[in-house]
Amino acid sequence: MDVPMSWLKEYADVNVGIKDFVEDITLSGSKVEGYTVMAGEIKNVVTGYIKEIVKHPDAEKLVICTIDAGQGADLTIVTGAPNVNVGDYVPVALDGSVIAGGKEIHTGPLRGVESQGMLCSVEELGFDLHDFPEAPEYGIYIFPETVELGKDVVEVMDLMDTVVEYEITSNRPDCFSILGIARETAATYKGEFRFPEISVKAEGTGDVNDMISVDIQNAELCPRYVARAVQNVKIEPSPRWMRKRLRAAGVRPINNIVDITNYVMLEMGQPMHAFDINTIAERKIIVRNATAGEQITTLDGVVRDLNESMLVIADPEKAVAIAGVMGGENSMISEDAEAILFESANFDGPNVRITAKNVGLRTDASAKFEKGIDPNMALDAVNRAVQLVEMLGAGDVVPGVVDAYPNKKETWELSYSPEWINKFLGTEIPEEDMQASFERLGLIVDPVNHTVVVPTYRPDLEAQADLAEEVARFYGYDKIVPTLAAGTPTVGKKTYAQTITGMVKDVMIAEGLCEAMTYSFESPKVFDKILLPADSKLRETVTIHNPLGEDFSVMRTVSFNGILNSLSTNYNRRNEQAGLYEVAKVYLPKALPVTELPEEVSTLTMGMYGKMDFYDLKGIVEHLMTSLSMSDKVEYLPEKSLTWMHPGRTASILVDGKSIGYLGEVHPIVAKNYEIGAKTYLAVINVEALVANANRDVIYKPLPKFPAMTRDIAMLVKEDVTVKEIADIIKANGGEHMEAATLFDVYQGSQIEVGYKSVAYSISFRGTDRTLSDADIADGMSAIVSELASKLNAQVRDK
Amino acid sequence: MKDQLKVIHDKAIAAFNEAKDIKDIEDLKVSVLGKKGELTAILKGMGKLTAEERPIIGQLANEVRQDIEAKLEEAKARLQAAEIAIRLEAEKIDVTMPGKARPEGHKHPMSIVIDEISDIFMGMGYEIAEGPEVEKDYYNFEALNIPANHPAKDEQDTFYINADILLRTQTSPVQVRVMEKGELPIRIIAPGAVYRADEVDATHSPVFHQLEGLVIDKNVTMGDLKGALAVFAKELFGENTKVRFRPHHFPFTEPSAEMDVTCFACGGEGCRVCKGEGYIELLGCGMVHPKVLKMSGIDPEEYSGFAFGMGLERVAMQRYGITDLRLLFENDVKFLKQF
Repeated sequence: MDVPMSWLKEYADVNVGIKDFVEDITLSGSKVEGYTVMAGEIKNVVTGYIKEIVKHPDAEKLVICTIDAGQGADLTIVTGAPNVNVGDYVPVALDGSVIAGGKEIHTGPLRGVESQGMLCSVEELGFDLHDFPEAPEYGIYIFPETVELGKDVVEVMDLMDTVVEYEITSNRPDCFSILGIARETAATYKGEFRFPEISVKAEGTGDVNDMISVDIQNAELCPRYVARAVQNVKIEPSPRWMRKRLRAAGVRPINNIVDITNYVMLEMGQPMHAFDINTIAERKIIVRNATAGEQITTLDGVVRDLNESMLVIADPEKAVAIAGVMGGENSMISEDAEAILFESANFDGPNVRITAKNVGLRTDASAKFEKGIDPNMALDAVNRAVQLVEMLGAGDVVPGVVDAYPNKKETWELSYSPEWINKFLGTEIPEEDMQASFERLGLIVDPVNHTVVVPTYRPDLEAQADLAEEVARFYGYDKIVPTLAAGTPTVGKKTYAQTITGMVKDVMIAEGLCEAMTYSFESPKVFDKILLPADSKLRETVTIHNPLGEDFSVMRTVSFNGILNSLSTNYNRRNEQAGLYEVAKVYLPKALPVTELPEEVSTLTMGMYGKMDFYDLKGIVEHLMTSLSMSDKVEYLPEKSLTWMHPGRTASILVDGKSIGYLGEVHPIVAKNYEIGAKTYLAVINVEALVANANRDVIYKPLPKFPAMTRDIAMLVKEDVTVKEIADIIKANGGEHMEAATLFDVYQGSQIEVGYKSVAYSISFRGTDRTLSDADIADGMSAIVSELASKLNAQVRDK
Repeated sequence: MKDQLKVIHDKAIAAFNEAKDIKDIEDLKVSVLGKKGELTAILKGMGKLTAEERPIIGQLANEVRQDIEAKLEEAKARLQAAEIAIRLEAEKIDVTMPGKARPEGHKHPMSIVIDEISDIFMGMGYEIAEGPEVEKDYYNFEALNIPANHPAKDEQDTFYINADILLRTQTSPVQVRVMEKGELPIRIIAPGAVYRADEVDATHSPVFHQLEGLVIDKNVTMGDLKGALAVFAKELFGENTKVRFRPHHFPFTEPSAEMDVTCFACGGEGCRVCKGEGYIELLGCGMVHPKVLKMSGIDPEEYSGFAFGMGLERVAMQRYGITDLRLLFENDVKFLKQF
């Protein structure tokens, strides 16, 4: 919302500089986004008089003017403009002046003749024909009357204004108007708010009620429809003061009638529409819902499709406007309009918003309506419009007002307690100051019963807390003393799950992985990219109804697509090595179609490529399990069922026989699909399972007092025997003293028969009460050897 | 005999001084003090001496022996030191060569900011609450005093799953879920991902992060809101940070405010970072709307509270001077390793 200061000051006094004003009004609740000074850059352009014109000796299209610009000596200025004559008063940019766009003008030769400045067009001063309709379409601006010489044209032409841009919040539709901002300004400075005096002479003939009738068929979407008529309309440019205000407020001046509707909309916040009264069939206005398939060509020449949810202004034959959005071409005011009708209506905000959105036409009017407009303003607004018609001599106002207002919106009463407000704010504001603030905002105060009557333009004031805000705003938020709530003490802490998740992240960082952040929605094409079968349950997704595009259309059911994409980015940027992790959610629908919230499963994903292999990744996973004191519970088994993983190089991670995740090498085809040209490793672990199985109740075990005994054992087994099978047998048969079995060598090669491998374990035994002897471990060792032989056909070699 | 002892002594001392390494010393030791050594030989001849001479020569011989032994140790120490010095010299390396690269793990800048802010509030007695990202319309809007057709619903460009389920556009629904549990007093923060239908560019992302805060207790005032957030701002941006509260509007708070902090780049003087304003907008806040309390089953006559919410990407971007939001989601390790 742009408000020119000159316009604002008509209704409220501002006695401080612009910088202070901007700060003051921001701190009382009308946030200023910024301000601009119109014509602020123009300097040293003055009024001048053309005394003589001679032809340029060397240029056919140039002339040399002798100018009196009140500078003492006459100036010689060369110009190419075709429209200057001796005796004209013109704007003269002197040597060293600045014109629009910050362009500097200096004395200099033009085709060999020294020109001591420049004569200016309105464009060179930053304006155009809409601002100065009397200016020539091409050429120097000629003042229409005699002006004093050597005066600053910014003043003479009244170019300067300061325009302040406000951010208006949705609860304050009244502030989408200059009067609304003026009321806030007056309240901020505890000054007077001057609502314009509206009076209409109505010197036309007849009565508007005899000329037109209004039938509101949907009072919910159109609470009020007010109209007045103007005869003998003279369409012409509006006066400079009006054009200047419109321009400063960001609206292009057109002609007096259009300008008046815009002027009232800016000033009061009430959009208006003007019809040619003769285009209304049977002189009957019907406000009704559009019919299915109905169409209208709007003022911008576009055919719009309507539907039953939209409201139109119609006559018995046709729609003439989309209510609150834009008028129809069929009722447009023509040059020879005999009489026009000013509509000042009230439409339902949400409906206008949806209509504007659906027809794809958001206008100044619809933007105002959608915030919600006070229906009680409609009459003042139409009267203001016809008052301006009289002021501008644009026509004769017909007596009478058409006012269809089936359910008048009434004011309401709120009670307040000064004690409660002070307690709520933590202040000690005197009751009288509260009352004064209410009154400045237009509320009617009953100081005895502590009630206020709220005007209908403040629908946001619904309860005492709202009144507390009004008190606080004009008291000053900055004056409320900051305190630290004592109240009931609470302990600030993380939940158990948050603590475990934090530990997980610490391990990832200790292991040299960088934390990644990826989108939680992705393309359904991901499923093909990871070779997921067509009937996979993971293809059942929570799907976004209105996504930004297919690439962002489904909530992920697998956690690693973002990580693989990020690895791909790293690979393609030639980063030699990349290790990433993320703790994020996957979203699993409970059923399709989605009728309840999906399960959101917190998942740890690690992804990496570079100088590493499967066992580097497994080392990280094992470190994680050790850190959470859960490695005893964890098993790793070959996993062949994940289509995106290498079937021979993937392990599932199990706790109590249930999978909590997996790790391994990404399937080479999938890596290729992601354009990663290196072996890629992935581990995915359910964080909730980590939380459930982590053990934080660590109890210290005494350090060993007696030395350990170690036996190495080497065996030849078939190559597809896993070391886990061997370790399980060793652990199961080692006896009470066995402490640990550590794999120290796996060998396949020339010394070994094809299809076999040599596996060597170091087994340690330790007594808790004595140093063990050979006899103590003999049974265990022989059990291990015989079980390995019988269960795995292992040939245990002598050591 | 005296003379012989002196000769042995002087010869031995001279030899020690000339010895080149430990082995020379050891050889000398054997040849002088060993079983067949010169001094030993002399001492063996003591028997031939007279009773008068014996103690005198004996003492002299002992002195010679002790002196030779002492000199021998001295020489040995000197040679050992020399040998170590040679070895150390030989072992010299170029310490200006780079260290061996270790894999470097780094937190994401967003996590750093979230963790830091969480720590500040935990220190003030706040717990960390969480809620679903795929959320019910009721929690995201209606229970926050944003009824159907409210313009605020449109402003937030919501991603919908269906008419009732959406991707949360703010972390505020967590407030409602916590209030509904009815365990009072409440002091929580809720950081997390939120979603809005903004096309991706340097300053927009359809996924971003917010942090919500909520305090409900008896007798909570707007002064308490200002106090808590001023402390937070000083903790986050430094002791000299000043805050400014501007009236604003949020449907779920009344009164509502936006809090600005003095620009961390210029300290409030006005610069390019704060566009000359001296202040930077940090968060929205306000006293919890009585309607919101009531809808969540809390009696607004008995309890009051405040809430606040902030966008975290902006905090991270300002703190680290990151100018393009997309960098946060690319996960280039060259970027991530800077934090």
